[in-house]
Amino acid sequence: MYKYDEYDQAIVDARVEEFRDQVRRRLAGEISEDQFKPLRLMNGLYLQLHAYMLRVAIPYGTLNATQMRMLAHVARKYDKGYGHFTTRQNIQYNWIKLDEAPDILAELATVEMHAIQTSGNCIRNISSDQFAGAAADEVEDPRPWAELLRQWSTFHPEFTYLPRKFKIAVIGAEEDRAAVKLHDIGLQLHRNDAGEVGFRVFVGGGMGRTPMVAPVIRDFLPKADFLSYMEACLRVYNRYGRRDNIYKARIKILVHEIGAAEYARQVEEEWAHVKTLGLDAPAAEFERIAAFFAPPAFETGLSDTIDRSDPDFAVWLDQNVSAHKAPGYAVVTISLKPTGGIPGDATADQIDLMADLAERYSLDELRITHAQNVVLPHVRKADLYAVWQALDASGLAAPNLDLIGDIIACPGLDYCALANARSIPLAQKISQRFAATQHDLGELKLKISGCINACGHHHAGHIGILGVDRKGVENYQLLLGGSAAEDASLGRITGPGFDEDGVVDAIERAVDTYRSLRTEGERFLDTYRRVGMAPFKEAIYG
Amino acid sequence: MADPDQSDIGGEPKLRFRNDEPHEEPAVTLDSFLGQSNATAVRLESDEDARALLPHIDRLALVEVAFPKFRDGRGYSAGRILREAGYTGELRAQGDVLVDQIPLMLRCGFDSFAPEASVDAKTLAEALSRYTAVYQKAADARRPVWALRHG
Repeated sequence: MYKYDEYDQAIVDARVEEFRDQVRRRLAGEISEDQFKPLRLMNGLYLQLHAYMLRVAIPYGTLNATQMRMLAHVARKYDKGYGHFTTRQNIQYNWIKLDEAPDILAELATVEMHAIQTSGNCIRNISSDQFAGAAADEVEDPRPWAELLRQWSTFHPEFTYLPRKFKIAVIGAEEDRAAVKLHDIGLQLHRNDAGEVGFRVFVGGGMGRTPMVAPVIRDFLPKADFLSYMEACLRVYNRYGRRDNIYKARIKILVHEIGAAEYARQVEEEWAHVKTLGLDAPAAEFERIAAFFAPPAFETGLSDTIDRSDPDFAVWLDQNVSAHKAPGYAVVTISLKPTGGIPGDATADQIDLMADLAERYSLDELRITHAQNVVLPHVRKADLYAVWQALDASGLAAPNLDLIGDIIACPGLDYCALANARSIPLAQKISQRFAATQHDLGELKLKISGCINACGHHHAGHIGILGVDRKGVENYQLLLGGSAAEDASLGRITGPGFDEDGVVDAIERAVDTYRSLRTEGERFLDTYRRVGMAPFKEAIYG
Repeated sequence: MADPDQSDIGGEPKLRFRNDEPHEEPAVTLDSFLGQSNATAVRLESDEDARALLPHIDRLALVEVAFPKFRDGRGYSAGRILREAGYTGELRAQGDVLVDQIPLMLRCGFDSFAPEASVDAKTLAEALSRYTAVYQKAADARRPVWALRHG
């Protein structure tokens, strides 16, 4: 894991003092709420329905036990004893007092954490593959590049007042666990025909009210040109992205309006100039960062045998444990989606427990996933049963990774000032309705957004739900056929919307249709793609 | 960072980080500038292309870049583009320029400021001295952290 040096620490500490001063000026009336808003937003502080919400960055979703315990501490001391892990691998606290926010940032800084650029029209927290450094299918670990991007994008003088927010994801494997094609920029490390490793660059993906799957604008970017090429991509966007309409200001609209080829041409032209300026960090700096992510000292000679005699453990093992690149090790995903629970929520005690398990069993590492779960990346197979027992005793052993119960949901109208409908109660009902049948249904990614901004990724769900306000009544539209993975696609609306119970019934009819039509080994998404919308529509509305 | 000269010029509060004499000639619009051969000061609106000025950099003494709203960040790119092309004259940010933005603008090559609202001198001084390290190379002389690490 990356360790701050004196420079990194000085920058984060300075930010705490800057924010403390900004809050002081606001509380003293020296600046208006309008002037304060962009300043607090740049620190991840939103004014929500009931209180301030603070979003803390977890860079590329990686953290250690000490940092995790700090998240529990903040939940206990400054919130109501829990936190909410988000689809961008961050954590949010929903009950924050403005005058305490600087103290929270100061406490976070003691463990090399911050809330820098977790909101605002700037480059947001860089996201990545939660299995980075552990995945069996990885070309290279993407996290050193994500850290390089974190540093480059922090207080970037030119790109802090972009037309709109800007999200970058980096992966190093063929399987896409980070939804790179639905980001403003998605970067995928891959090997070219000459055997060199570089980046495939996707630009202009996104969700929101105009969802787009990002096109490739460069198939192979040499590593040495990484930052200067990013500068060129961002400069073209900063200069020509639309600023006349907030709903058309994301880079996906620019790329769509001028076309991917024209955007790519403009970037190449800008890059030809920018790369003469010496903006790229030297190879020595990349190597310094990469050394922090060197593979940990995995034990050798470990057994791959696992005792499956406890049937409940075996179910969890088959569902929530993934292949690791080192023999004798496995990757554990802790589901934060217990039946009837709030997706992504964890109590302070649960966060502490996960920290303890990471320290004892996972080489002091944890990851947060964009599906709002937590990963223990390096667990010896011999320890899996002990880990499961500890999780089970704390309500953290839901064996439902990637099943219909593993729901992504935004906070919705229970918390969010933008929402039109509640997401959480609906997620709870769906999770209860399908608790008994979810294993038979297999991989089925269900995603709920409480408004058109799509924070719950409904466009990319195998089943997606969009909450809207229809004449003062919450109404839910149903979508089928989306995917955020390497086979990225956008879901289609089935037809007229439903009330809360009606949409749960409609989902049941959709999955019954799948069950009657599926062939051996077909996922819900595969069946939908093979047979099309018609039979589902017939069953739902017939 | 040197203390800026806060003297009033033409009724507008200005913050200058240059030692030369303020330029006297009023800035003209980009269209007027391109249409006359002897103008030395130009104002660039936020939707105008700074690169249109590049053939004329040698005769320019003042470029004023408009920031109609603090959220409109196009001017940051305009400033850098001019400096990257070798422009050494005065580069002024005018408009809805907030104190917390001035350090970023300085990094993009701006060296004079005409904010619409007054800027508190103490707050500005603190903002300018707060960050002792920066992560990127930009249009100012500051060395990024990666250069210091591998000095």
